[in-house]
Amino acid sequence: MEYDQARWTDGKTKDGESAEGQYEPLLSEKNSEEVEVDSPLPDDLTRDSLELPALEEPELARHYTRLSQMNYGVDSGPYPLGSCTMKYNPKFTEDVAALPSAAVHHDRSDRSLQGTLGLMHGLQNYLAEIGGMDAVSLQPPAGAAGEFTGILVAKAYHEANGEGDQRDEIIVPDSAHGTNFASAALAGYEVVELPSGDDGRVDLEALEAAASDRTALFMLTNPNTLGLFERDIEEIAETIHDAGGLLYYDGANLNALLGQARPGDMGFDIMHYNVHKTFATPHGGGGPGAGPVGVVSDLAEFLPAPRVREREDQRSESSERASDGTPRATDGGAYERFDPENTVGKVHGFEGNWLVLVKAYAYIARLGDEGLADAAEKAVLNANYLASQVDYEVPFEPFHHEFVASAGDQDAADVAKRMLDYGVHPPTTKWPEIVPEALMTEPTEIEGKDTLDQLAEAFDAVATEDDETLANAPNRTTARRIDQTSAARNLRLSWQSLEGDAE
Amino acid sequence: MSGRHESGDRGSPYAPHTADETAAMLDAVGADDVTELFDIPESVAFDGEFGIEARSEREAERHVRGLLSRNDDLTEFLGRGHYEHYVPSLVDHLSLRSEFLTSYTQYQPEITQGFLQALFEYQSMLVELTGLDIVNASMYDHATALAEAALLAARVRSTDGDRVLVPDYLLDQRKDVLENYTDGAGLSVETFATDDGNADADALAEAIDDDAVMVYAENPTTRGTVEEGLAEIGALADDHDALFCLGSDPVALSILQEPASVGADVVVGDAAALGLPTAYGMGLGLFACREDFVRQVPGRLVGASEDAADKRTYTLTLQTREQHIRRERATSNICTNQAWVALRTAIHAAYLGPDGLVDLANDCVRLADDLAGRLDDVTGLRAPVHDRHHFREFVVHTDQPANAVVEDLEAEGFAVHAVGEHEVQVCITDANEHAADRLVAAFEEVA
Repeated sequence: MEYDQARWTDGKTKDGESAEGQYEPLLSEKNSEEVEVDSPLPDDLTRDSLELPALEEPELARHYTRLSQMNYGVDSGPYPLGSCTMKYNPKFTEDVAALPSAAVHHDRSDRSLQGTLGLMHGLQNYLAEIGGMDAVSLQPPAGAAGEFTGILVAKAYHEANGEGDQRDEIIVPDSAHGTNFASAALAGYEVVELPSGDDGRVDLEALEAAASDRTALFMLTNPNTLGLFERDIEEIAETIHDAGGLLYYDGANLNALLGQARPGDMGFDIMHYNVHKTFATPHGGGGPGAGPVGVVSDLAEFLPAPRVREREDQRSESSERASDGTPRATDGGAYERFDPENTVGKVHGFEGNWLVLVKAYAYIARLGDEGLADAAEKAVLNANYLASQVDYEVPFEPFHHEFVASAGDQDAADVAKRMLDYGVHPPTTKWPEIVPEALMTEPTEIEGKDTLDQLAEAFDAVATEDDETLANAPNRTTARRIDQTSAARNLRLSWQSLEGDAE
Repeated sequence: MSGRHESGDRGSPYAPHTADETAAMLDAVGADDVTELFDIPESVAFDGEFGIEARSEREAERHVRGLLSRNDDLTEFLGRGHYEHYVPSLVDHLSLRSEFLTSYTQYQPEITQGFLQALFEYQSMLVELTGLDIVNASMYDHATALAEAALLAARVRSTDGDRVLVPDYLLDQRKDVLENYTDGAGLSVETFATDDGNADADALAEAIDDDAVMVYAENPTTRGTVEEGLAEIGALADDHDALFCLGSDPVALSILQEPASVGADVVVGDAAALGLPTAYGMGLGLFACREDFVRQVPGRLVGASEDAADKRTYTLTLQTREQHIRRERATSNICTNQAWVALRTAIHAAYLGPDGLVDLANDCVRLADDLAGRLDDVTGLRAPVHDRHHFREFVVHTDQPANAVVEDLEAEGFAVHAVGEHEVQVCITDANEHAADRLVAAFEEVA
């Protein structure tokens, strides 16, 4: 297998000194200018000068094109990063998100925003159906923001029942995403960590011991981060509900369930959707995502404000629909924003990451029932097939859409670095900690058999390599192994901090 | 054209499996049917339908385009925290390169140097604009960045105070987010008065005590005015060992007083004023702070390092502060952030360069000043309401009820804010200045 990632060495700096061996120079090293700030404002209200890169458009086009070539995305090759659900992003969704009619200001009247509100209403309905929930808020701008929102909703619910002070604990399994713990703490809760059972699932006895009249919420991922379905989910829900708590579904792994099972049917009361994962909107190098929250009917009154609904005077006329199924707008429009009765308020300055929501809506509209169900089936088939082809041990099974292999005596981080040389993005490493030297692998549905075989080959090649080879990897990427310790010890977080650095 | 790409009824169009491949893979895992691989108890299995019809790409595109076309084509003179500047075509073309767009967080820096360098450059440009040493990459938006600033203040303050002081011009939605985020930490948000649109330092002096963990102000303010007493506010905060947090944006920061020079410890704002068009409020949370707080900063940081060949490289650093390592003791719960918007902002800033940024910012002063003067000449209007310098936007007093003016303007094809019974707010930038004459004419019709 041959692979070489692009790197750029133009050999020049602004001083004309040789920069041989340096990668694509920083913009500031190409050309910076300090300009005096001359403004219509009084001098004492303005800065004196501003120094920033000054380059012409062709130079910028090359700079960022080179940087893009020094970056690896789903469109570059396999990206089986467990729990991140790196799926192919259809391109037409970018086109609709870029329509001028999508570029609207939030503060316009409802009447003039019927397109935006109609799409939001449609997405609320789609997500409610898919999750088996009764009401959805699109406001949270990311999955972790969705968790936080869900916790605020739970808090408001308990407060309304006079149990706000008493229910001060949130139970989180030890294998949960780190965001669960952080979101619970952010909302002011004590986190009760629940150890996993021997089979990698929730230990019912431990859960019963942990659940009490202090329990506000139990946050659970299903399938969990080991890829295992919590088969006892109904008993889990009963245990939590009997204790007076609510059950929260972390939607990070929803891709495995599309059309197969719904959190609402399993007894979950609140959930978030990582629409960027499940509905294939680009993760953008770390975001934006979007983390809509769905709840059962008893909790709808607490959702963030505003939500979107059909206008009451329109609902009676809902039989009058355009040929594409969307209600016809009349003078006041068919949709309006409204504040839920006992809303928790706001979790975003406006209403979340709208353009991401447009892409998610377009993706769901493209796939429909059959496409969504097929995505889950192929994702699960792919994970099972790939697991069957790799030499590393997979301690817990049967699994759904992702599996956690163990690198055994090898260092999982080194394994990952070596996999880069084979032209694939490695799995998530060293997590969940329940598996030693974990390689958490999620191929998603978008890989065909040939690519999975290529991935398996990369796994297997690395599995037989010695520690020195692994420790020296990678060799074929833009950069060789990067010294994380020095980055943290000698902090240089801007090009200003590089001045005086010996190159 | 025919087959799978045209019809939506054969499952996911993005799962490339042929029937033969599926059969071979099932064989390899020892299953007759893919449903055997699902370990879902019968009692919770879903056997219903969502009722979502599958569409071809062409149909799906037309459907969404049709939905969005129901938005009225209005010329917006709207701001109040969400600003439109012309976004150069280059920004779209480069940021949409799929190596950028389809990647995720740079957990493997050796293979994601391109994005890391772009984020390092974003951080660096904002360091220049704010005068502070540390800029993260990134928060969700202005409101959540403000909330994170208050949480940072509570963490780094040596005393046990719990008060966050904000001016009464703070947008309701920002205050609401701030309260939601800080409630868990036991902070209380309190407002101090303003004077003719600007924060009133005397009122702040009355309100502040040693229980204040943070004092917040904006420049420009929500009412579009340029703050004149920032150094005084900064000194008051300093006297009481409270952090001084300033809200702004990269266009305004191009000419306004450098936040570090007026004592700001933290700068927050919406950096998407550069890089994104209006997107229903979708933004990019800017977060900058002093170096002392580096280990308490929320969000991702990109740092320079060396690789094994001693070449300069970039990597995420200080990740031990983050939720995936520190869990409930993390500096923030943020994981997915707004990195791609930061890339767009960086490209836009680099495209403008220092001259272009200063020109753009100066336009924001001149255009607002000019339009306010013209509206002041219209019978039934008085503008600007505040006798201050303005940036991008200003408040107009209307003799008619503001709501009626706004509705009538909408009928003429324009959108402005109603901000009081007899007050509307107007925002003008390079993106809508071409329509200023028509807006003035429309105001003459309706005022």
